Amino acid sequence: MQADVRTPQIQPPDNDKRWRLVTTTMRRHGYESDSLIEVLHTTQSAFGFLTDDALRFVSVSLRLPLSKVYGVATFYNLFTLQPQGEHSCVICLGTACYIKGSPSILAKIEQVTHVKPGETTPDKKVSLLMARCLGTCGLAPCGVFDGEVVGNLSPSEATQRLEKWGENVE
Amino acid sequence: MLNETLQEIVGKEREAREQFSHQIFVCAGTGCQASGSLQVKQAIADELAKRGLQKNCDVVGGGCRGLCAAGPMVSVEPQSVLYQKVTPEQAPQVVDSVEGSSVGLSRSGTSDFFTQQKHVVLELEGKVDPERIEDYLALGGYEAVFKAITTMTPAEVVDQITASGLRGRGGAGYPTGLKWSTVARSRGEHKYIICNGDEGDPGAFMDRSVMEDYPHRILEGMIIAAFAVGADQGFIYVRAEYPLAVKRLNAAIRQAQRHELLGANILGTTFSFKLDVRMGAGAFVCGEETALIASIEGKRGTPRTRPPFPAESGLWELPTLNNNVETYANIAPILNHGADWFAKIGTEKSRGTKIFALTGQINNTGLIEVPMGMTLRDIIFKVGGGIPDSKRFKAVQTGGPGGGCIPEQHLDTPVSYESLTQLGSYMGSGGMIVMDETSCMVDVARYFMEFCMSESCGKCIPCRVGTAQMYDLLDKITKGEATLDDLAMLERLCDVVSNTSLCGLGQGAPNPVISTLRYFRDEYLAHIVDKVCPAGVCKLEQTQEVLA
Repeated sequence: MQADVRTPQIQPPDNDKRWRLVTTTMRRHGYESDSLIEVLHTTQSAFGFLTDDALRFVSVSLRLPLSKVYGVATFYNLFTLQPQGEHSCVICLGTACYIKGSPSILAKIEQVTHVKPGETTPDKKVSLLMARCLGTCGLAPCGVFDGEVVGNLSPSEATQRLEKWGENVE
Repeated sequence: MLNETLQEIVGKEREAREQFSHQIFVCAGTGCQASGSLQVKQAIADELAKRGLQKNCDVVGGGCRGLCAAGPMVSVEPQSVLYQKVTPEQAPQVVDSVEGSSVGLSRSGTSDFFTQQKHVVLELEGKVDPERIEDYLALGGYEAVFKAITTMTPAEVVDQITASGLRGRGGAGYPTGLKWSTVARSRGEHKYIICNGDEGDPGAFMDRSVMEDYPHRILEGMIIAAFAVGADQGFIYVRAEYPLAVKRLNAAIRQAQRHELLGANILGTTFSFKLDVRMGAGAFVCGEETALIASIEGKRGTPRTRPPFPAESGLWELPTLNNNVETYANIAPILNHGADWFAKIGTEKSRGTKIFALTGQINNTGLIEVPMGMTLRDIIFKVGGGIPDSKRFKAVQTGGPGGGCIPEQHLDTPVSYESLTQLGSYMGSGGMIVMDETSCMVDVARYFMEFCMSESCGKCIPCRVGTAQMYDLLDKITKGEATLDDLAMLERLCDVVSNTSLCGLGQGAPNPVISTLRYFRDEYLAHIVDKVCPAGVCKLEQTQEVLA
């Protein structure tokens, strides 16, 4: 049977139950190499980021060279190989937000958290990210705090939200 | 007319609707949800239950009404009253208005914003629940599919689309009928169709709204397209930043499968078509069709040279039709109302309507659909309501990072693919960002260059290296460190990068610079020679020795 040929002989790196989500996605796509991006999406949403073990596991399972898997994982902005903080703060830098002042919001957040976009505070509390456009330009400038889209953002409201997460804001 | 099973659903649904004397639609799009529309919907439902009116009045999470800045929007039918900025506390007043009393809520719907528009793609006016196929069917949904695959031949469908004069809404404006007939003629073991929902242009959100509000309308367009070109599988490629659109499209596909509108033997015919959603992962370049195809194949999203065009060799090297979300959304209205009806809207070469995302320094930010040929002045000052705080209009940016800035003296230009290109801009997917006197054009050019530089995939040298060099030069100008030689170098680079880059990203990257240099050269000179930023945006270092 063709399905047997495609089923890989590799076991997940450890007994973590979240691997089951990853293998389910791969099975649903018949372990086709084309499903790499879908599989990486599932892996990242299960583990929060892409670990080395995960990349190796996916590479062997989908019969793709590790270099290809690594290449795809680093090409797309959404995939991250670094663990993320407890909370995430995304500031939109789309054109509408840009001309309505989102750079000053970002600057204020950088100033109080001492991290740049793409970085996480040393206490692993907050990850600061920037977005190219969230598509909610009607509410510019906007940001996303732990998945919640917030429109008409101001520097002070942004820092208030960080404070709520217990972020040390002077 | 639909087949019997679907007729039955339509009948039941319409009957169920008649039970309600009134309907309240609360916008459930991303924008209004961010303004708290789901809480408003819940509060209205609670209020109705409290008064025992839930059997007379239905509350529906509907689609976008366009005026996102005034969200959450609530409309009451059949009176067609539209309220803006509704809060959960105002729920009793909304319910009062159902009972006929006039209330002191902020009303909307009579202004130029609404009366000057022409809705084709958005003709359902948000009065449909995107998560229920029954709702869409009751409003005449999927009749175009039924008409196409049971009464027409594929060639007749292509002819209709050609006759309508529809052109690609992704920006380039390639005639849709011509594209379809090329794919229909191509030979391959399989054929694929793709819906490009990778709306990457910052400041553009038309496709997000259409995917969120009318997922079935896109499915309908794709099924007809697949039938016309002979494709048996399709993909909707949606950017990962639009989770709600992904969710609603997936739900719509499942519902359509359940009703034999997708899958094997659609509506009992021999035509079969399978449809899947593929999620992007945050790469702007994937909006380019060959890069998008690579991404669907699970690879890095890098473009390749054309020809061969995807119409001959696309996904897995088989003939592939690739259209934008808005293009597919135009298909069902064309078949329902006829190609002649569609061809009467718009200008001679650009027919139909176009959805624009109107944002920036403008009163009515939001989504508009206007006939092609409307002047930019009407769009900005009538529909858009002009510039807030009595500031002066400076420029409107269209076409995303590959577009340009159009100044006041050209505002009376009718909008069409050709006219915008002539002005050094680009139709693009439909983002329109209005800037007033507080925006610095050099800073805007630098912003777009930074965007292209970091989104360049790195495959071809002109784009990878050229955008970085141009960014450095623009950065120097905004810091007041540049000389006139730098400006000359910048202009030369514009020429090289636009003419030698592999794909649209690199070819378009210099456009913001070229167009701002064309219309706002004095601002560049002010930064370089006088070391001042006229708009007061850039922080220049005032150094006397450079002046001397």
